[in-house]
Amino acid sequence: MLLEIKNLHAKVGGNEILKGIDLKVGLGEVHAIMGPNGSGKSTLAQVLAGRDVYAVTEGEVLYEGKNLLEMAPEDRAREGVFMAFQYPVEIPGVSNTYFLRTARNAIRKHHGQEEMDAMDFLTFIREKMKLLEMDESLMTRPVNEGFSGGEKKRNEIFQMAVLEPKLAILDETDSGLDIDALKIVARGVNAMRSKDRSMIVVTHYQRLLNYIVPDFVHVLSDGRIVKSGRKELALELEQKGYGWLEGAVNATA
Amino acid sequence: MTTAIKENLDVYLQSFRELERRGKVPEWLARIRTEAIERFLDLGFPTPRDEEWKYTNVASIARTPFEPAPAVPAERAAERIATHALAQLDCPRLVFVNGKPVPELSSLGGLEAGVKVMSLEKAVASGTEPVEQYLARTADPATHPFVALNTAFLQDGAWVEIPKRTALSKPIYLLYVTLPGSKPTVTYPRNVVLIGRESQATLIEGYLSLGDSAYLTNAVTEIIVEENSVLEYVKLQSESPAAFHVATVKMQQARNASAHATTVTLGARLAREETASVLDGEGGEATLNGLYVLTGEQHVDNHTTLDHAKAHCSSRELYKGILEGRSTGVFNGKIIVRPDAQKTDSKQSNKNLLLSEDATINTKPQLEIYADDVKCTHGATVGQIDAEALFYLRSRGISQREARNLLTVAFANDVLDKIKYAYLRERLKASVLERLATQP
Ligand SMILES: Nc1ncnc2c1ncn2[C@@H]1O[C@H](COP(=O)(O)OP(=O)(O)OP(=O)(O)O)[C@@H](O)[C@H]1O
Ligand SMILES: [Mg+2]
Repeated sequence: MLLEIKNLHAKVGGNEILKGIDLKVGLGEVHAIMGPNGSGKSTLAQVLAGRDVYAVTEGEVLYEGKNLLEMAPEDRAREGVFMAFQYPVEIPGVSNTYFLRTARNAIRKHHGQEEMDAMDFLTFIREKMKLLEMDESLMTRPVNEGFSGGEKKRNEIFQMAVLEPKLAILDETDSGLDIDALKIVARGVNAMRSKDRSMIVVTHYQRLLNYIVPDFVHVLSDGRIVKSGRKELALELEQKGYGWLEGAVNATA
Repeated sequence: MTTAIKENLDVYLQSFRELERRGKVPEWLARIRTEAIERFLDLGFPTPRDEEWKYTNVASIARTPFEPAPAVPAERAAERIATHALAQLDCPRLVFVNGKPVPELSSLGGLEAGVKVMSLEKAVASGTEPVEQYLARTADPATHPFVALNTAFLQDGAWVEIPKRTALSKPIYLLYVTLPGSKPTVTYPRNVVLIGRESQATLIEGYLSLGDSAYLTNAVTEIIVEENSVLEYVKLQSESPAAFHVATVKMQQARNASAHATTVTLGARLAREETASVLDGEGGEATLNGLYVLTGEQHVDNHTTLDHAKAHCSSRELYKGILEGRSTGVFNGKIIVRPDAQKTDSKQSNKNLLLSEDATINTKPQLEIYADDVKCTHGATVGQIDAEALFYLRSRGISQREARNLLTVAFANDVLDKIKYAYLRERLKASVLERLATQP
């Protein structure tokens, strides 16, 4: 098992958001997580990535058998955890290329590999830039600064392609994308699918899952997983919404 | 409630008498100095009751009996100079140790025809340079105690004269090194820089020291930028953590002259950096930028003045501060728009990054606008490292420390990126990075 979440409870600002999550992700599997707005999907993603505004009050998370919650965010990343942000952050003054090379080198160093110089790195990313149709100008500009919504999302998947994680958590990478951009992103994600890499794909829409076909689908509602199934569950949800599910809080959307 | 400290001024009068006895200077200079000491004795050292010195208490300077810095053998400073941040700058340089020019450490080859870079004392003594015409005209000793003090005791510094229609291919570097002794010492560097019409120059002024006992650098630089000329001026202040540094840089710009100044403050226990430009001809452009990186108990007070005297001039100002430890910073940006200065376009911004809870900054714009058709904007921010940006970087594998440094350097680079001379820009970035990396 790559990831094992057991009875995870988390709070923010005094409110309990996650109310006992159980989830197992095996190596090579793709899990989709769906659920109404505010149900805690991003909270779960952020907790897994190590954002400290969320306080874990109960439960545990094992990643490759190790206690993930004890690790600093950078150590999680170095061990192969990657989260594509629902709202990527703009970082003025730091060029996208420099940022990514620093990140990749930090990860390489952690694994006892030699750091890449600027030239080697450019060669390395060229193909991945093509895959995600990343324009040269997006690479020299400051990270996400002034990027359109779609460019930001593409940049997240591009980062995933460059950092080559073992566990990728994609938080609504499809929202805000037009159909062409959606195809580019899906192509990037599918190119990254492998038996050595697992993915948790958070989405509201079946349309992404037409391209990225999940092995399992879970419904998160009010901080709990209220239903799990195969890919067909996503289709059912698309038709019926969340209201029919036992224990589900009515969707507010 | 007094606005000035006038005790202990006798010491200054005594050393002035001594200086008078020793030095033979032309009558015009003797007169300027005498007027200046009288003015200084009259003004005394300012106290925080004086609005201009509200956040900077110079009582410790007033209290300390500084002695003139002794002459020291040049080789004692050679190694420090060889390893400082701008050591590899390939350009003509004039190096001063304890206020005195040191030919062995200087190199003035390769200057364009007619360009003069020499010791101010020599320029005065020569009788052939028009020093009298320019000295103590741009920086006025009458209103400023430290300018008065510097003028009273001025002996040496640099005289730089660039003739008309001359574009320098390399910067000119003036470097002041202090080797403090067992007792507190003082130097009074004085620079006079004249840029002839339609010329172009880069001027760098540097301050550093060897050793960590207390001393005072009281410097004044007067710069005249003639019609249609372009000046880039960069100051790097990396005095020792025990130093007092009180400096005034005053520029006077003629018609269509453009001056771009950047003041980088990394050193000194207490620093007052006054940078000012008078836009005294139509079509002038002035930029005053600054970066201060403080830690420990450091205090820096940036006082800037943009004086729009004539119409159709523009000015830009960006000062950024990074404060750690218990350091304190001040930014006071004065913009004067005189009645004649219609169509003035002026923008001021001061941004601060507080890296510790104990660091403080006082920031204040000071607008005096006497014309009606003008565009003046100003803004100030004080913030911490952006927690979301920090997490974003860490979530990609970058360590907390490196992520903080990356964000801090990015913040600083905003100022340094505007320096046009590329090699200097890169060297300054490296020294800021090094400075941040050595912070606890
Ligand atoms: N930093 C925070 N401070 C306060 N409340 C928060 C914070 N982060 C999340 N919440 C609250 O926690 C709840 C769950 O939010 P979360 O972002 O995890 O939902 P989500 O399932 O991702 O929703 P969406 O589908 O809209 O992205 C919401 O009610 C939200 O307002
Ligand atoms: Mg969300």
